[in-house]
Amino acid sequence: MACGTLWTHVPSCAYAHEQKVFASFFQERRPRAAAFALIRLLLQRLGQMAFVMFGISVLVFLIFFATPGADPAARIAGRNATPQVLAAVRHDFGFDRPIPVQYALMMKRLFITQDLTSFVNRGEQVIPEIVAGTPVTLSLVLGAAVLWVAGGLAIGITAALTRGTFTDRALMVAGLIGVSMPVFWVGAMANLITQSRLHNTWLFAWVPPLGYTPLTENPFLWLKSLLIPWLTLALLYMGLYGRVLRASLIEAYQEDFIRTARAKGLSETRILLRHALRTSLITFVSLFGLDFGALVGGGALLTEVVFDLQGVGKLTFDALQNLDLPVIMATVMYASFFVVAANAAVDVAYALLDPRVSTRSV
Amino acid sequence: MASAATLFLIIVACLLAPLYAQYIAGTDPFRPHLDETVSIDGRTLDILQPADNPLHLGSAPLGPTWHAAYFLGADGQGRDVAARLLYGGRNSLLIAGAATLLCLFLAAIVGIVAGFMGGVTDQILSRLLDILWAFPVYLLAISLSVVLISQGLHIGPFTIEADSLLLPIAIIGIVYVPYAARPVRGLVLGLARSDFVLAAVALGVPNRRILARDILPNVASTLLVFAPLIMALNLLTESALSFLQIGVQPPAASWGTIIADGQTLIYTSPIVAIAPGVAIVITVLALNVLGDGLRDALDPRAKLRVRS
Repeated sequence: MACGTLWTHVPSCAYAHEQKVFASFFQERRPRAAAFALIRLLLQRLGQMAFVMFGISVLVFLIFFATPGADPAARIAGRNATPQVLAAVRHDFGFDRPIPVQYALMMKRLFITQDLTSFVNRGEQVIPEIVAGTPVTLSLVLGAAVLWVAGGLAIGITAALTRGTFTDRALMVAGLIGVSMPVFWVGAMANLITQSRLHNTWLFAWVPPLGYTPLTENPFLWLKSLLIPWLTLALLYMGLYGRVLRASLIEAYQEDFIRTARAKGLSETRILLRHALRTSLITFVSLFGLDFGALVGGGALLTEVVFDLQGVGKLTFDALQNLDLPVIMATVMYASFFVVAANAAVDVAYALLDPRVSTRSV
Repeated sequence: MASAATLFLIIVACLLAPLYAQYIAGTDPFRPHLDETVSIDGRTLDILQPADNPLHLGSAPLGPTWHAAYFLGADGQGRDVAARLLYGGRNSLLIAGAATLLCLFLAAIVGIVAGFMGGVTDQILSRLLDILWAFPVYLLAISLSVVLISQGLHIGPFTIEADSLLLPIAIIGIVYVPYAARPVRGLVLGLARSDFVLAAVALGVPNRRILARDILPNVASTLLVFAPLIMALNLLTESALSFLQIGVQPPAASWGTIIADGQTLIYTSPIVAIAPGVAIVITVLALNVLGDGLRDALDPRAKLRVRS
């Protein structure tokens, strides 16, 4: 979460090769060769994704089961486990067998048979709990993403158009403050205001008690219960996205094609929307992919805890409180796989969006 | 440099925490004070006061007195919030600062080795960085913390206790390594092909000397710009981990643990949660402003473009 200030420094040519291939797809005279190139690229990206997922799964496995000097069975069984439970854990996870076998066994139980059980809450199935929490987390994350993109666009465009004025400076400072706040603290402050101090005023009387209502049960209550969490999460990223968009808009306005567009006599609105904004959105989209992952992996977890939303993050938090390791490992694995897949999708979208890819020197 | 001055003041204030607790507040912020009283302006007040409901069920901690003792009031166990805030700041800043040094040190080594050696070494290191980069930071930090904090770390003769500050420092120091190592690698890759390095190689200058005289000084300014930005991220990460109770372990405090304490008192004594949050925001903001200023001054963007 809130890592964007740093990411803006990272050169965005990591996927330059893909961009070239995509560009050739659109400009190639021989469509069949171009189609092959595109398919090869997609396969390559899929292969990359599979490699990273494999790496992450090995890393998680090693962290949980092969940290030196401690008995993983004792960790998994939880505090004050009886010898019988310990023996059951050892047998269950195959701790008497070699590490690669343990890894394969674990992956099978996580993704194929999906029968991983918790030992702290005896016999509780882990994967169904994650599935049950997913709609809550997705509701939270997607809603916040819509708000933060809309807010980021509004802030970035306003600041770029009013460049150098008080409005511009105020928006930029506000953006920097947004990145500097811990999300769980903002959530706690939002609760303090909307649930307690100003709850009896017309402004926040509509805020329902903390908790989640499924969309299918009562769409209106779903919206009302999620609005404050959405705003909390979006608040952190909005300003950052505004900052990034402003910088790239200002850069775009100095490019030759804007001068050409002006010379053609296009209206300022059209220049902004069709020319400047389109190129600036590339940075925006690539940053979005990175932050979306950070949001799912971190910000959403903390927000769910503060607002008592029973999603995957809250599940992880509850498991952290009683050191229920199978649950934590499963949520970490599923969430990071989701993030990796989402990032791959954004990369592809990124390569498709950039009209200049073929001319950019890499 | 208002941001640098602000940071300096915060650091000095936190370093003086023991003096404040002992001589100004006159209280031990690591021990519960449940049935004690404190005298403010000649009046004697309960530190934990009867709750403000008709049956007087439960109790509410003393609010801010704005006097030397209990300046910001008490927390749920009757401990002085202001004193804990300073002690917590000491831990938060120590962890974030040490983790920053560790992170930049590792990133410099990995980035320079990968960029300068190239070939298979670069391939292996880059793929490892790819994996770490794709792994959401908080999930990695949570995995490491929950495993290490449940039992500590035992490698051969070395043992790190579960409540040692070294654990959060190491965990937070590791998770952001790819964020700094990847740009450093790109920078070194470009430098290794630059004319002055090629000239040095052609002249038969040993690698050791090229690294020390040509590569390191160029990498150093990039690392310098990253330092405050990484420290800002570290501070936020530390507070989040402590808030989740897998960072600094009680009775020690950090700004994150105080927010977690205040979270349960949020409607009765909001100041307990507000104060450390404000401290975090001011510190992180100052670090971000400082980082922006350093970047503008040293302009590493131009240097980072060497890669393309």
